Amino acid sequence: MAEKPSIHGLVADFDSPDKLMDAIKAARKAGYTKMEAYTPFPIHGIDDAMGAPPSILGYLVLCGSAVGLTIAVLLQWWTGAVDYPLVIAGKPFFALEPSVPIMFELTVLLSAFVAVFGMIGLNGLPKLYHAIFNYSGHRGITDDRFVLVIEASDREFDATATRDFLAAQGADKLELIEA
Amino acid sequence: MAELSHTQELKERLTPSLTTGHPSFHDVTEAVSIISEVKTHRNWYIALAITTSITGILGLMLAYLVATGVGVWGNNSPVGWGWDITNFVFWIGIGHAGTLISAILFLFRQKWRTSINRFAEAMTLFAVACAGIYPAVHVGRPWRAYWLFPMPNEFLNMWQNFRSPLLWDVFAVSTYATVSALFWYVGLIPDLATFRDRATTKGRQMAYAIASLGWRGSATHWKNYEKAYMILAGLSTPLVLSVHTIVSFDFAVSILPGWHTTIFPPYFVAGAIFSGFAMVVTLMVIARWIYKVEHLVTMTHLENMNKVILATGTIVGYAYATEFFTAWYSGNPYESYVFFISRATGPYAWAYWSMITCNVISPQFFWFKKLRTNLPFMFVISIIVNIGMWFERFVIIATSLHRDYLPSSWGYFRPTFVDILTFFGTFGLFLTLFVFFTRFLPIIAISEVKGMMAQNHHEAHYLDEAVAASEGKEPVGAAH
Repeated sequence: MAEKPSIHGLVADFDSPDKLMDAIKAARKAGYTKMEAYTPFPIHGIDDAMGAPPSILGYLVLCGSAVGLTIAVLLQWWTGAVDYPLVIAGKPFFALEPSVPIMFELTVLLSAFVAVFGMIGLNGLPKLYHAIFNYSGHRGITDDRFVLVIEASDREFDATATRDFLAAQGADKLELIEA
Repeated sequence: MAELSHTQELKERLTPSLTTGHPSFHDVTEAVSIISEVKTHRNWYIALAITTSITGILGLMLAYLVATGVGVWGNNSPVGWGWDITNFVFWIGIGHAGTLISAILFLFRQKWRTSINRFAEAMTLFAVACAGIYPAVHVGRPWRAYWLFPMPNEFLNMWQNFRSPLLWDVFAVSTYATVSALFWYVGLIPDLATFRDRATTKGRQMAYAIASLGWRGSATHWKNYEKAYMILAGLSTPLVLSVHTIVSFDFAVSILPGWHTTIFPPYFVAGAIFSGFAMVVTLMVIARWIYKVEHLVTMTHLENMNKVILATGTIVGYAYATEFFTAWYSGNPYESYVFFISRATGPYAWAYWSMITCNVISPQFFWFKKLRTNLPFMFVISIIVNIGMWFERFVIIATSLHRDYLPSSWGYFRPTFVDILTFFGTFGLFLTLFVFFTRFLPIIAISEVKGMMAQNHHEAHYLDEAVAASEGKEPVGAAH
């Protein structure tokens, strides 16, 4: 006998970003804290409205840049001046000036890797299953629907009261989704 | 009243016709997705058959070269760099417009880039793929091309020469290819999710689900995504400028007359953008007609690109003039000889004057609005520009090499049929990749266009209110 599936939260489906934003602000005012918005494109100011902290990706990328730069310097210095010093046209074995192009390129390369894989990692991807895909209208999220989910784990969550609250915000559709 | 006209002008400038006819968000999804969802048209197979046949020629020529040796090309002594390096620089240069559109115009908040960036970035990747073939086979023993990278191995008991611009080039081009691919993929993720959600067959759904990594468009996703996109744009901007700068170092760091000049980096970068934009125009004119996306890629987009072609073409012309001035003003007889004798009147004069006609004269027609908004005309000019830019690289390489300091070692470069067919074949590869791209991937950045529409709507609304307030009327946009 399978266990009865638990509830992930209540979906409210809106037809415009403005309605979604108003609903988020109202939900915050009403004391809800555990919510997530799903939209077809990034909406300006949504993180502030939801009280989400800014992305830490920038700091991660900075670490990537530092690693890239360090590798480039060590690589060129160690191979050219330590492991296999070779006189070529009387040039010094290691100097900063001719090392600049590769220092730059490796800095950019490592930073880009961290930016992309860091973004994917911070977003918890790849992940092919998520509760939102249980919402019958989830296909609209990548088209033209603006969805707010108030999660069942929220202290203020109450199946009836939350439904009434979200209906009052002008949602076109309300649906409880399984976890 | 003056204030009113100012506000209206501001409105027009802030909300250029990014998309025409006020499509809804769903219309955008529909217009872009349908391209890849309809039953494959017979013409697509015909196009694929043609382009893969041409790619086959490339394959045959490369196989012949690998089996025989680089001697099948026309490269000789003194012209050790012939069509291979010419074509390498040609293809790398074409790629630059893609990164310029995706990164630099993004940072400058040029909204019109949104409809064309996906397409232009694809062009970058495919052009870099074509470019990469040349240095790899030009090394002579391509199965050892990995020796270009600092990887310890049992055969090469030494390290690469990091003091050589040729090695800088290896790093620059491979970094550029990698970062462009990453940038492109990041942009694709949300749109692949759109394709996934519209899929009608299980196979299609699975393929796009895996490709989109399970993207769900949550606010958290978008927050990290926008940060990553901004950072990648910030990284790509200096990167794209560095790539052609370092390519130009291959020449400028040597001491050959005609190559050893400090103008090379900016001159190469301007030329790269010039040729790249011309290629975008060539491809866009065809694509928007075939795929019926004229309302998303409007005449404004094409006109803006033609303005960039005019600007960069003029910079390139100025650079040609500067080279001549410097050659004369330096008083260096070898430098003067290369420009005034070898290039302008020597055995390669035909190539030099073709270059001047195509690159300096032809873009000047774009001063006229009638001409830069004329589809057939811009199509022809864009092709002429690319022919001209190919000649530019050929002129730089061949004229400086063919006459050494010793007249006894002078020579002349003639391409062989292998040179010609290899170059022809790279167009096949370039177009084959495009044919696949337009069939299976979103050719316009769906989520970005929607985001821009929402932003435009807000600004238009705000300005409508300002206009209405100055007129003392109800806002026009209030009904929306």
